[in-house]
Amino acid sequence: MAAVAERVTLGRRLRRWEGLPYWLILPTLAYLALFFAWPMVKSFQLAFQDDGVWTLQAFRTMVNDIEFGNAVRFTLLLIVVIIPVQFLLALVMALLVNAKLRGRGIFLYIFLLPLAISDLAAGIVWSSMFTELGYLNTVLERIGLLETPFIWINASRESLLLLTVVVAEIWRSTALIMIILVAGLQGIPRDYTEAAEVFGAGLYQRVRYVILPMLKPSIQVALLLRLILAFEVFSTVIAITGRGSTVLAAEAWRWQTANMDANVAAAYASLILVLSVVSAGLVLGLLRTPKEQIAR
Amino acid sequence: MGEHEDLGGLGWDQPIDRRALLEKAALAGGALAAGGLLAGPARAVPWQANPGNVTFLSTQLNTVQESEAFRNVLLQGFRGKTDAIFAANDSAFLARIQAEAQAGRGSVDLLGALHGTFATLEDKNQLLDLSDVVKDFTTGKSAISPEFLKLGKLGGRKQFYIPWIQATYVVVANKRAIQYLPRGAKATRLTYGQLNQWARNIESSVGQARVGFPAGANGLIHRFFQGYLVPAFTGGVVTTFKSPLAVNAWNYMRSLWDSVHPQALAYEFMQDPLLSEEVLLAWEHVARVKSALERRPDDFVAFPAPTGPKGLAYMPVLAGLAIPRTAPNPAGAKALIRHLLSLSVQARTLSAVGFFPVVSGRLSKRVSAGLRLESNAVKLQQQAPKALPSLLPIGLGAENGNFNAVYRDTFTRIVVRKEPTTAVLADQAAKLQAIMDKSGAPCWRPDPPSNGACKVR
Repeated sequence: MAAVAERVTLGRRLRRWEGLPYWLILPTLAYLALFFAWPMVKSFQLAFQDDGVWTLQAFRTMVNDIEFGNAVRFTLLLIVVIIPVQFLLALVMALLVNAKLRGRGIFLYIFLLPLAISDLAAGIVWSSMFTELGYLNTVLERIGLLETPFIWINASRESLLLLTVVVAEIWRSTALIMIILVAGLQGIPRDYTEAAEVFGAGLYQRVRYVILPMLKPSIQVALLLRLILAFEVFSTVIAITGRGSTVLAAEAWRWQTANMDANVAAAYASLILVLSVVSAGLVLGLLRTPKEQIAR
Repeated sequence: MGEHEDLGGLGWDQPIDRRALLEKAALAGGALAAGGLLAGPARAVPWQANPGNVTFLSTQLNTVQESEAFRNVLLQGFRGKTDAIFAANDSAFLARIQAEAQAGRGSVDLLGALHGTFATLEDKNQLLDLSDVVKDFTTGKSAISPEFLKLGKLGGRKQFYIPWIQATYVVVANKRAIQYLPRGAKATRLTYGQLNQWARNIESSVGQARVGFPAGANGLIHRFFQGYLVPAFTGGVVTTFKSPLAVNAWNYMRSLWDSVHPQALAYEFMQDPLLSEEVLLAWEHVARVKSALERRPDDFVAFPAPTGPKGLAYMPVLAGLAIPRTAPNPAGAKALIRHLLSLSVQARTLSAVGFFPVVSGRLSKRVSAGLRLESNAVKLQQQAPKALPSLLPIGLGAENGNFNAVYRDTFTRIVVRKEPTTAVLADQAAKLQAIMDKSGAPCWRPDPPSNGACKVR
């Protein structure tokens, strides 16, 4: 008995001890400091130093590189084209999964399948679709839509390169947004939509005036994640277009491995980090949800 | 500069000997490819004791399939335990050796790298003398040509590396393309002008540009500029970089590119588009067309690179094996050298990864038809009367990547983006000069010898 009583007191004392939460998050903080903060500081150091001397040379090399403008443009173009399309698709998919349809579990699994595939593998699969004698042209020729194969991966037509990467990226990463939206949808109590229905709201009105506003926090999270990932997009672009087009992360990789210049690679990495932080800040600021609007 | 001043010792201080030597070496390679694809029983191995653990670090065979073949096929029969590490590039390779040298304590026993990379290491006095090993490779079927062995001395007296494997680049065509050869042209004795005409004929006949170059992210097209196009037109690589002849070379490339498949910027290894017949004619490293030639030897032909105004420029690739001073198990490393150079393993190297042997021996009937095609093309290329061997960069060390980038960027700007040739060459020449000055590397063949860093004229 005495031992139990003592244990209870110890447990209580621990719970009341104000320092406890800080000690509990210490391992996480240590992990973040070691594997995120330290490499980040080191990579900034690499970007701004050369043999221990502070310099902007790496950034000068980066900006003057012949691929820099292309990389910035293609990265931004991808974001501008992919994200709206993806959100629309993800919303439709999420509503479909959330609707009480028969076999909706199967929909969920099918939609989630691409998430399980590595991005490089996805890029290689799509490259074999789009290549001149690939699956897409073969199918189009079989059904009589094409007479001779169409060159999709054509370095002299950037819009086509963009299209191929956009299709692959949408296929690959829409599920990520969908899964966040599904979670958000499931957090919206049925009472609200049912009430709207009682008052005669159609599907469009229910989505527009009830579901979307209540989904805003989830949309914010999804947008944040997607934007950060969009600045890091890399393997699909390399696998499909090769050197036909380039993005920021691909340039960081090229400077690190092919050109063997870690300083310029670090400069690219720093640029990607700054762009990610700025766009994350914008998303957080622009899509702020007042507390009272959050569904409970 | 300082650390490279010794590079003169690599041979340019005796220019005549050195050049004669390289010429002979290139021809020796031809003789080997001609004579030697290695038949005969595996030689009795001269070591008795278990070689123990051997750590092997290599910049060669570093693609996934090649590394796997090294571990599973080439190491078979070696009695020691080998840990094979493949460096992605020279920079990673050199950084590790230099870190181990600075620490005074190493983990790597054996090195596999290109001739030019060993020059950088020997400069820093980081390689062991292998004169005792080389005795096993001077006579009989295991003999390595004296010219190759001399290259392994890096201009000095000691044997710093033992030649290991060799390769080069050839042109491969689908037999369907032969009918479109320009009148009077012969595939085995093509000029650059005829190649361009051939490419145009193919395009107009089949309705699509079907010539290919490995211009993708991991493709080797920069070697085409460094070892084929520019030296064939100008007779040099660095010194003639912005000469009027170089302007001709790049304008030629721009014209040829009109008949190159639009997907070329995504091609990595030409064997894949050759097999799918997306491409009917391609230039590529022998190891990277091997699977196409081996799988359908009746559908393809292989032949030498075209001849330009200054000759048939081609790039011989020679890789060797060396032991760093900090090796913990040099005896085991020597045992692994003997294993990798044994007749049976050299033959296996050819069939498993498509790199050619350096030891002599007879053409085995077991060598596949595809590899015979390749071997004949290599022989023709090396023995061509106007052959102009253009070596891989020597002594650039960590600047190798930037050196390649100069040729890549020049290509992107002139050929892909169609910027004015003369202006681009002047601009890129400044970058090239900065790289040469930073590394201090003297000119290598086919550029004439230089005192100090090679200069663009």
